Parts: sequence; structure tokens; C-alpha cells
Amino acid sequence: MSELLSGGEMVARALKDEGVEFIFGYPGGAVLHIYDALHQTQFTPHILVRHEQAATHAADAYTRSTGKTGVVLVTSGPGATNAITGIATAYMDSIPMVVLSGQVQSHLIGEDAFQETDMVGISRPIVKHSFLVKKTEDIPEIIKKAFFIAESGRPGPVVIDIPKDLTHPDLKYPYHYPETVKIRSYTPIEKGHSGQIKKALKLLMTAKRPVVYTGGGVIQGNASELLTQFARALRLPVTNTLMGLGGYPGTDPQFLGMLGMHGTYEANNSMHHADVILAIGARFDDRVTNTPSKFCPSAKIIHVDADPASISKTVAIDIPIVGSAKTVLEDMLTYLPEIADQQAIDNFKNHMDEWWQQINLWRENHGLWVKPRYDTHSGLIKPQQAIEALFKATNGEAYVCSDVGQHQMFTAQYYRFDQPRRWINSGGLGTMGFGLPAAMGCKLAFPDAHVCTVTGEGSIQMNIQELSTCTQYGLPIKIINLNNGYLGMVKQWQDMQYDSRYSQSVYEDSLPDFIKLAEAYGHVGMKVTKPEELDQAMADAFAMTDKLVFMDIYVDPHEHVYPMQVAPNGSMRDMLLSKTERT
Amino acid sequence: MTDLKRRILSVLLENEPGALSRLVGLFSQRGYNIESLTVAVTDDQSLSRLTLTTICSDHKIEQITKQLNKLIDVVKLVDLTDGAHIERELMLIKVKALGATRAEVKRCCDIFRGQIIDVNASSYTIQIAGTSDKLDAFIESLGDVNIIEVVRTGVSGISRGEKSLSL
Ligand SMILES: Cc1ncc(C[n+]2csc(CCOP(=O)(O)OP(=O)(O)O)c2C)c(N)n1
Ligand SMILES: [Mg+2]
Repeated sequence: MSELLSGGEMVARALKDEGVEFIFGYPGGAVLHIYDALHQTQFTPHILVRHEQAATHAADAYTRSTGKTGVVLVTSGPGATNAITGIATAYMDSIPMVVLSGQVQSHLIGEDAFQETDMVGISRPIVKHSFLVKKTEDIPEIIKKAFFIAESGRPGPVVIDIPKDLTHPDLKYPYHYPETVKIRSYTPIEKGHSGQIKKALKLLMTAKRPVVYTGGGVIQGNASELLTQFARALRLPVTNTLMGLGGYPGTDPQFLGMLGMHGTYEANNSMHHADVILAIGARFDDRVTNTPSKFCPSAKIIHVDADPASISKTVAIDIPIVGSAKTVLEDMLTYLPEIADQQAIDNFKNHMDEWWQQINLWRENHGLWVKPRYDTHSGLIKPQQAIEALFKATNGEAYVCSDVGQHQMFTAQYYRFDQPRRWINSGGLGTMGFGLPAAMGCKLAFPDAHVCTVTGEGSIQMNIQELSTCTQYGLPIKIINLNNGYLGMVKQWQDMQYDSRYSQSVYEDSLPDFIKLAEAYGHVGMKVTKPEELDQAMADAFAMTDKLVFMDIYVDPHEHVYPMQVAPNGSMRDMLLSKTERT
Repeated sequence: MTDLKRRILSVLLENEPGALSRLVGLFSQRGYNIESLTVAVTDDQSLSRLTLTTICSDHKIEQITKQLNKLIDVVKLVDLTDGAHIERELMLIKVKALGATRAEVKRCCDIFRGQIIDVNASSYTIQIAGTSDKLDAFIESLGDVNIIEVVRTGVSGISRGEKSLSL
């Protein structure tokens, strides 16, 4: 005879049985029964954010940094709609997340009841799947299914909308949490087709100018080690997308840096001239390919992806392989000796001398890490320098949660991630306001690690209220605010395309005193204005391990992010390299 | 766009609330068009069978089928277009039928194997089934006859022979 529980208790219990570590949420009328059950059971710590959007970003970053699915609990109506941006952010980057939203009582649905909103309808285009609970008894199985769907195949957020009456404490039903669930209409493919994998290896072994291009699929799919092993075995150059950074060690000589719109000169050129491209867990997004018809004109392309719909979506693929990055790389390593003996592998690696010489020449001429490509004599702090200082101060080992703008691109370019799951940013949706709540999710998961937010004075103000959450839960995050006094990325485009007409990208002296603001919440504020102060300031900030430090760093307001691919109609290699140089 | 072609897809869908809206939503979200859509429950109460026609390129149809397959509620899907298959659509059409046109309409109806299913002093209501082309041809054949109302169900499709779309 199974236990009798109310719907609210079922939610609390199922999350415990699922092994959930934190619930990120915000209470309200429709979820009061659930909140009472959480209170009475005390199974799972709940993090009370200051805005539901922050709950979703925190849960999302918890997932990105740990690989475990984050959980969000919000009330109906405004609680649910506030969560939407965060759900969309997770969806675009294929991050698993389970969002429980309260709904008005079943009999009121459709009557425009107080705080009623059609959450299943509103979230439909930005979720992997959603459930509207109809019967209390279904809650455990629906929760199990939600985790299964969110985590398997190409991962993504799942919404469970729960009408208030179904969680009433007096209505108890038998509780049973299933070990596993089967969904007849959903059977994600894990393993790639062995014939295709062998074909891919054969093609790869014919390459003279190969490039491995990988994305978030390698990170989320826990395939970084295998990728590194495979690339090293064949001496392959590797480039990562914005989402894929850390998938291959950033300081390794075989790493070319990020590719795409703000990718490195050597990465974009290598792609353009490649004869074989091995793409893994990346989706040929428009920020990567530039003009698809001009994308990598001489390359045969192998594409490994968990999602068949990603293959040949924007760029035609020669050898598609549907499967997870991990299993396919495992198989590639297994089959490699069948396809090529040691002699053939040695030959292959030796024949790549010429290709590597070319790549190293590109790197020498315009690479970002060989020597500074920015003005070092301006007397102003350059944003690139600030990121280099951050890299040094944290040994390259911090969890870096970024907001969106120039600072994000500088971080992607200059913080060289050697490990996966350390670079946490909103790549697909580009959500300003992501950084601070993301750092909260990370810090909760890794209380002893360095966790920082790289942000701008624009982005940070989109969720700055979370400084209060950090106070409540004692989250000593480091906030690296690259204060350029502008919506910098917008300004850059206005400089380049609108004759520097700064339409609404300036604040007219309205910025707050961030130091005082941080202090008002009980944190430490630190102002940095000179390049020579940077290293010490960073060291000081990170030495305060039990304090949230808000570093307000005044950077050159007129710096642009380069390289920048030329659009429209440009190919991968068409780039601006500075305000005056173009390829 | 030279390779635009009419496609007919047959889908088995979970008979769940919200399933149809997810499928239709996918089309508008991704900018695919729907020419016609028919849907009803099957002999298995837990499943709906849906026939959908769309006009698109080879590349698009590949994307559409892949995206549809990604919907959790889609159990199975087949593109009937290129295989041997049967398509039927039902039309109810009400026309003015006075004087000489009464006989003319009746004749047309017989040629197309339609049935007059409702009659009054000034109009006929005709039921006619067949391929969409046939229904178009019937409307064409009515010429000057005054059409009062046309109701078409959209296409239902099934493959020929032993092949089937089932669990
Ligand atoms: C929510 C949201 N609104 C608008 C944008 C468009 N946008 C992209 S970058 C940017 C400027 C960001 O300014 P800031 O945070 O100061 O960073 P900076 O570029 O100056 O480093 C804007 C407005 C966005 N990405 N997200
Ligand atoms: Mg700024």
C-alpha cells in the first residue's frame, strides 16, 4: 500500500526522490499549497530570488555548471510570465530545466480568473515539452517524465503547469515515484550509426586541412575529454563556438579560439580554407557561418548531433551522424584503428605540417594571444586587459558567468577555458540580465570555487535586485562590471553602421554609484580606474572569499570588439581586425 | 523557388489536450504553411490521425518532418507524397438551382459521382468526394452556376497496399 500524499506533498516528495538539490522560486497564490508542503517537509532547500526571471537563470546556470537539471517554482500569471525569458534562454542553448508553475483552480481555467495566464500556451514555442496536470495522482509520473524529457536527446526546458486545487492539502492520493518512464512517442537516439561513423573517419583521414568545430553539445554531452583525446590523437586543429568554449582546453596549442562573428582570425580562416570539417554538437548558427552560401567553400562536412533537425538545417552536410557527442566520439576512438593503422595515422599527422604552418602564420599575424591587439598606451583600462587580469587572478579556473554585450565577447576571446562547464553565458538568446542570477546558481553548486559575473553597467541593471538574494544566502560572488558608460555593443554597431549616432545607447549621467549600491546590500564595492591598479584589485577582490565584491571597472568607452566578420554577404574569412584594418 | 511541391504528410499524434496546438504552432513558429489539415481520433482512442498538406521545397519538407518528429506528442509520421497513396477530400457545396440550371447541376453532379443530399425550391446541396483536383474540377464545371456556399474537409490520405502507419 503506497503512502497517501496531497498534490503539494507529492511535488515536494518527487523533487526529493529525483535528487533535486535546490529549488529556485518565488511564491504566490496558486502555489501556496506547494510552498506549505515544502515548508512542512523541508526536503529541498529553496532559494528565494527577487524576480522570477532570476530563478530561471539561476537554475539554468546550476545546470550548465553541474550537468544536473535545475528546478524552478513560480506562481501563476505574472510569476509564470516573468519566468518566460529565462525559459527561452535555456531553450535556445538546449539546457535541461524543469519549471513548475502554479495555475488557477481547474474549474476557473479559461474564465480569465485572477492571475490566470495560459502558461502552456505562452511557453509552447520555447519549451521542449509541457504538461498541464489534470489529476493529482498524475503528479509523480509527470514530474518523472519532465526530467526524462528535459535531460535526454537534445535537452531543453519542460514546463509543468499545476492547477491550485490539485495541490490541496486535504486531498490525498497514493504516491509512487517511478524509477524510469517510457514514452512511446519519444525515443531519442543516443548511439550514432556505425557505418556513418566509419565513413566519417575515412573521409577525415583523407583530409589535408581538417578542422574540428564543436559547440554546446560537447559541453552538455560531457564529451570534452573524449574530444580532447580524439583531436590530440590526430593532431587536429579545434575551434569552439561561443557555447562550446571549454570543450577543448583553451590554452592548448591545437586550440584556435572561438569562431564566428567575433571569432579569431586563425579560427575563421582555418574554417574557410578547410577541406574537411568535423562538426560536433554545434548547429551552424548564423553567428557562426556568416553567409551560408559562402560558408567553407572547399570543405566536406561531417556533422555529429543529437538532434536530427539540426543537421542540414542551414548548411548542407556530407556525412550526417545522429547521436550524442559522447557515444559518437567513443565510437570514433574505437573504430579509428580499424580505419587507419599506426603508420597511416603517423603519415596523416606528418602531412599536416603544412596546414599547421599556415595556421600558425595566421595566428602570428593576427591572433589575440600572441601579443596585445589593442592599444596598450592609452592610459585607459582596456576591457581585454581586464579579462586578462581576471584570467590571471583566477588561474583560469573560475566559473565565469557572463552577461550580454561587448564584455561577453571580450571574455569569450580572452578568458581561455581549459575545462568544460566553466563558461556560462546566454549564447542563443543573448539575454542581458543573465549574469548575476547565473552566478548565484553556480556559487550554490560550487561554494568553494571562484565564481564571477562579467557584466556591463547596462546588463547588470537588468537583474541587479539579486544582490539582495546574494545577501540572504551569503553568496560571495565577484562582479566584474566592465563599465564603459554605454550599451557598448549597441554603440559599436552604431559607430560602424550609423555614423556614430547613439540612439538610446547612452544613459545621460544617470548611472548609480555602484559602490554605494553594493554597500547598501551589505556587499563590498571597489572602483578601479587605472590599468596599473587592475591586477592588485583583482587579487584583493578574490582574496575576500566570504564577501560579494562589486568591482566597478572603468574601461575605455570607445573600444570595439574585433575581429568582427563582415556582413552581409561576407564569408567566414571576411573580417574587420580593428577600426582601420580589414582582411 | 523552382522546386516548390505539394506534400502530403500523415501523422499519428497522441490524443492529448494541447497536442494539436503544439503541432499547428510549430508551423506558424517556423514559418511553414499549412494548405489543409484534417484530424480525428483513430480506432485506438489514445491516438489521433492527422493528414496535412503543405507546399514547400525538398529542403523545407525535410526540416518540417524532422521538426514534427521532435514533438513529443508525435508518435509516427510518414510523407505520403512520393509513395503510392490514396487521397480523398469531401466537399459539401450549396448552389442556386432554378429553372434550367436545376437539370444542368444535376447532370454535372452525376458526371462527378456526387450526390444531392438536400433539395429545396431554389437550391441544391451536393456532397462530393475525391481528390482535391476532382473537387476543383467540379467547381469549375459548374461554370456560371451561382455557388452559395462551399465546405471542404481538407485531404485525408492513406498509403496503398499493405504499408500502414500504426503503432
Ligand atoms: C534583454 C536584452 N535587451 C536588449 C539586448 C540588446 N543588447 C545586446 S548587447 C546590449 C548592450 C549591453 O550593454 P552593457 O551591458 O553595458 O555591455 P557592453 O556591451 O557595454 O559591454 C544590448 C542593449 C539584449 N541582448 N538583451
Ligand atoms: Mg556598457
